[in-house]
Amino acid sequence: MRALKLAALVLLGVACAKENANNSSTASSTASSTGGVDLTGAGATFPYPIYSKWFSDYATRTGVKINYQSIGSGGGIRQLSEQTVDFGASDSPMSDDEMSKAKGGPIIHIPTVLGAVVITYNVPGLSSPLKLTSKAIADVFSGKITKWSDTRITSLNPGVTLPATDILVVHRSDGSGTTYIFTDYLSKTVGTWNTSVGKGKEVKWPVGLGAKGNEGVAGQVKQTPGAIGYVELAYAKQNNLPTAAIQNKAGKLILPSVAAVTAAAAGAAGTLPANTDYRISIVDAPGADSYPISSFTWILAYQHQRDQIKGKKLVDFLNWALTDGEAEASALDYAPLPTDMVSRVKTRVAAIDFNTAK
Amino acid sequence: MTSLPADWLEKDRRRLRVEGSAVSDRIYEILTAGCAIVIPALVIAIAVAIFAAAWPAFSRVGLSIVTSSDWDVANGHFGAAPAVFGTLVSSAVALIIATPLALGVAIFLSEFSPAWLRQPVGFLVDLLAAIPSVVYGLWGIFVLNPLLREDVMPFLRDTLHLGATPFFRGPAYGPSMLSAGLILAIMALPYISAVSREVLMAVPRSQREAALALGATRWEMIRDAVIPFAKSGIIGGIMLGLGRALGETMAVTMVIGNRLEISASLFAPGYTMASLIANEFSEATNDLHLSALMAVGAILFVITLVVNGVARWLVWSVSRGRAK
Repeated sequence: MRALKLAALVLLGVACAKENANNSSTASSTASSTGGVDLTGAGATFPYPIYSKWFSDYATRTGVKINYQSIGSGGGIRQLSEQTVDFGASDSPMSDDEMSKAKGGPIIHIPTVLGAVVITYNVPGLSSPLKLTSKAIADVFSGKITKWSDTRITSLNPGVTLPATDILVVHRSDGSGTTYIFTDYLSKTVGTWNTSVGKGKEVKWPVGLGAKGNEGVAGQVKQTPGAIGYVELAYAKQNNLPTAAIQNKAGKLILPSVAAVTAAAAGAAGTLPANTDYRISIVDAPGADSYPISSFTWILAYQHQRDQIKGKKLVDFLNWALTDGEAEASALDYAPLPTDMVSRVKTRVAAIDFNTAK
Repeated sequence: MTSLPADWLEKDRRRLRVEGSAVSDRIYEILTAGCAIVIPALVIAIAVAIFAAAWPAFSRVGLSIVTSSDWDVANGHFGAAPAVFGTLVSSAVALIIATPLALGVAIFLSEFSPAWLRQPVGFLVDLLAAIPSVVYGLWGIFVLNPLLREDVMPFLRDTLHLGATPFFRGPAYGPSMLSAGLILAIMALPYISAVSREVLMAVPRSQREAALALGATRWEMIRDAVIPFAKSGIIGGIMLGLGRALGETMAVTMVIGNRLEISASLFAPGYTMASLIANEFSEATNDLHLSALMAVGAILFVITLVVNGVARWLVWSVSRGRAK
């Protein structure tokens, strides 16, 4: 009996340790280590590859060390609101309600790079890119179209034979900026989607399977003949996934690319008021070459910085990122901001004041 | 062990206490008492913190968090019934598959296995517990799910005609309650088999010899003399495995299909409470949403407590039954 008790205790211990390890990965990241670090930030996972490149390049150039925890946009917003980090990062703009709860006063949204959501699919025998409209996408993702051979799809793809097989919809199961951008696009362009499903980082999907992360969605689509899903542009490009061409506002079919995403930002920029706070959606942007499912990703910072030294470091970094940093973006499959927009965004950075801080 | 009269032992202990250092005894007592207080206090503190964080959701949505199936964050509806269902069903499937397998391994190793085989096989089975759950998840995505979709599911549904029952109906996608149950079975198996093996080996030799002397065959000896003796320990092991299955997060999230819907079919995708929290927590900004996820955590906590309570009760009633 003694040996049994011992064995049970050891096993319990192993189980507990494992659980703790699972949980602490999110919990421990809230503790900000300040040893030799000048700025700390937290937030979106989507721009993490480009941000970490920026931070390491910036550190070698200026010696300023930035510690960024990619814990998700929600966590970034919460931590910035609680003032436990110097800046946040998010894939979706903060709501007025969230802004009003921030403890450090008004928050400025600085768009850094652009991302896009692509439709990927697994249709055996299809060699040319699938062509879709927002209406067709909404019908597929809400279960109104259930077969690939549906005329609402075949009429968009003349000269291509599509199989009469079932469509399997794959969506993200985890809360995600990718889902936000995708549902924002469908809400903006398809009235019935807006009233039935709506937009958000997680929505109530009428049909389909949920998979975790871009890799989960892509993996499920790749494995299942007849599947369709949505993933980040950068992820799709790096893994050579088949992507659909989507009809934009101008009526042109556009394949996702870094250039087409930047074009969407340029198209949207033309309609922006001079005093915009950049909390804007650029899905279904005007412009002949605009890819319609595009979005900014933002760095969030308090307008009134509490710490003069940190405030200056943050502003210097943002200015560097908007100048030199932008040039590095497309190599990592992120779309840079259009050049004429950069100077306008810099005036927003200039609105961050740190001179009055202690 | 030679046995000594009880009063002699007591006298001896008293003598030791007088002669030994009373101060060091005292320090040791305080230290161990401290450990004994801190751990239960920690459990209570965790429970209080979770329920406090969950309170806004409980007071807003009430009981419908476990009765409603409408989980719609954008519209503030938080009904987690499919996740509660999924947690219970996936764990049940896991136990149904894992228990006979684990008991088979344990009985073989303790009763039939040649000595040279016992160590390596036991070690390899125990090793299943050391594999990180994310690795199980990856294996599930790349090996188990395609296998289920291409071979196992069509076989069950069409060849065995189990599609006629409501439990094996519908299209075979791969990610499903069945897939989650299988992964959990593999993960719970080493816990059940390790504990069962230890208890079976702890059954006194005299017990076996007595059965054999009465003319029992080997199988009768195991069935009538060994297993009844080890029953309470085996149940304890099964409950340990169940505890593992209920709380498992990562591997299940990767294979279950994450669909908030209650379906009788094991081929249909499902959801578990742990997966729901893991999926939505990092991007939850809205206070009610966060609180609702905490509430799901609180419910999982309660279910785990109930399961442990039932396990205690089972072990207790089985061992009492034997004493009679």
